[in-house]
Amino acid sequence: MIRVCAVEEIPEGEAVRVESGPDGVPVAVFNVGGNYYAIDDTCSHQDASLAEGYVEEDDCAVECPLHATCFDLRTGQPSGPPARVPVRTHTVVIENGDVHVALSQATAQVA
Amino acid sequence: MTTEQTASTMQVVAVVGTGLAGLSSARALRELGFTGRIVLIGDEKHDPYDRPPLSKAFLAGEWDPAKIALGLPTDAGLDLDWRLGEQAVGLSPEGSGWVVDLEHGEGVRADGVVIATGARARKLPGQVLAGVHTLRTLDDALALKAELVPGARLVIVGGGFIGAEIASTAVMLGIDTTVVEMAPALLAGPLGDAAGAAMARIHEAHGVKVLTGVGVSGLTGESGRVAGVSLADGRSLMADVVVVGIGSVPNTEWLAGSGLTGPDGDLAGGVLTEEDGRTALPGVVATGDCTATHHPFAGRVTRQEHWTHAAQHPTQAVAVLIGAPAPVVAPAMRVPYVWSEQYGQHFQFAGHHQPGDEAEVVDGDLEDLTDPAFTVVYRREGEPVGVFGVGRPKVFGRWRRELAKRLS
Ligand SMILES: Cc1cc2nc3c(=O)[nH]c(=O)nc-3n(C[C@H](O)[C@H](O)[C@H](O)COP(=O)(O)OP(=O)(O)OC[C@H]3O[C@@H](n4cnc5c(N)ncnc54)[C@H](O)[C@@H]3O)c2cc1C
Ligand code: FES
Repeated sequence: MIRVCAVEEIPEGEAVRVESGPDGVPVAVFNVGGNYYAIDDTCSHQDASLAEGYVEEDDCAVECPLHATCFDLRTGQPSGPPARVPVRTHTVVIENGDVHVALSQATAQVA
Repeated sequence: MTTEQTASTMQVVAVVGTGLAGLSSARALRELGFTGRIVLIGDEKHDPYDRPPLSKAFLAGEWDPAKIALGLPTDAGLDLDWRLGEQAVGLSPEGSGWVVDLEHGEGVRADGVVIATGARARKLPGQVLAGVHTLRTLDDALALKAELVPGARLVIVGGGFIGAEIASTAVMLGIDTTVVEMAPALLAGPLGDAAGAAMARIHEAHGVKVLTGVGVSGLTGESGRVAGVSLADGRSLMADVVVVGIGSVPNTEWLAGSGLTGPDGDLAGGVLTEEDGRTALPGVVATGDCTATHHPFAGRVTRQEHWTHAAQHPTQAVAVLIGAPAPVVAPAMRVPYVWSEQYGQHFQFAGHHQPGDEAEVVDGDLEDLTDPAFTVVYRREGEPVGVFGVGRPKVFGRWRRELAKRLS
């Protein structure tokens, strides 16, 4: 488990990127209405950073800043092309006012 | 023939064109449950590939052909009948269906037809000279790339998205690069003068020479190879390589005599369709760059020559064709959308701009050239109709949703 930042460092509707998780892959942690979600930061289509994308709070999704595929933050599933492959989701743990991420090594399942 | 009859009797669908819209149509047919035969006819020999990188990472040599393939491992399960390297030359009725005539092979009989033949680059009239390029296909990109060698002097005719992207890629490769644009600013058509002028300043800051407000009157050559570009004001530029980026022409000639028309009565402006891809012929739909459609957002007939349209619209078109319910599209995704990449920056445009729209900088600074980040909103009669964003995807995403309110 790695510490990301203090809870107040991720405002609502925003994300913080962990440049290099333990497996070397950047991860993004989102705050949607006070709930925290972590997914792989790199879009499965090309190489945009999802932490830079627009957060659709109603759908609990992030829109890729480059080609606009939306990813469900709970499942990592893409809404439609161009991305077709989901991104991995990770477990977020809030402890003592800090956001931590437990990285899953499993590859995401294609729905 | 009603749509219901078409749907119930449909066993073979021919998809003409194997670009993004054609491949997306074939995938959508299977996703919507079509179990009949799908014949894909494409005049290029290559498997479907992605065009946007041709002026960006591919032209820069950062990506190889494998990286731009559109195919996915899961496509093997689609059971498609490919006819690559075959040009469709006619569409005629036969019984309750259609025959797509091929230039060489036997015609393909089909109950339903998807027209997805896209567009080709418009050329300058006149003699053919070596060193003069257009950029639309993989083969075009390979030919151009081979000539972008250090020390080469490149002149790009046309300062639209393609011209601007090629300029950005070429100057980063160390090529001496000049863009000539007839309008008063780069990208003035899609973005308006103020944002277009900001784009020109960004290019100039990276070393591109930008000449606006002047047309090209002709090319000069020596022994069959281009040597220069003559401008309408009498100036001339020396050039080793010229790229002509002056728009595209829809590939619709093969539909002459089919009964289909375009917006101006002939097919030169694209195949006229309803918003969902329906054409004037039963059992025939059209999608992607070859179409001209009344778009509710623009409020008039336009061609949407953009990647996102060619990726998403085929689902609507084939749903009409096979009589399946079309999946609901979120309003924000129905706002026309185009992106571009230049100098490693993302440029995004959504909506529709026309002369006379008021442009307002709602965020950032048009004058910041080193790390440009700004958002411009276009208004017509006070209503937002378009948004252009550089390096500000979150602000852009919010405005794109704001624009979608026009559609609800
Ligand atoms: C260099 C370049 C960069 C681009 N960059 C961007 C970008 O950054 N962002 C963006 O939004 N859009 C971009 N676009 C636009 C985007 O690529 C197009 O909108 C998209 O490719 C359209 O897909 P399509 O399938 O409708 O047409 P096409 O891609 O043109 O495919 C049509 C296919 O049909 C074939 N065909 C034509 N006639 C026949 C016939 N009679 N019989 C059989 N086959 C035929 C053609 O050879 C072609 O293979 C770019 C385009 C180019 C060329
Ligand atoms: S990089 Fe995310 S959709 Fe293309």
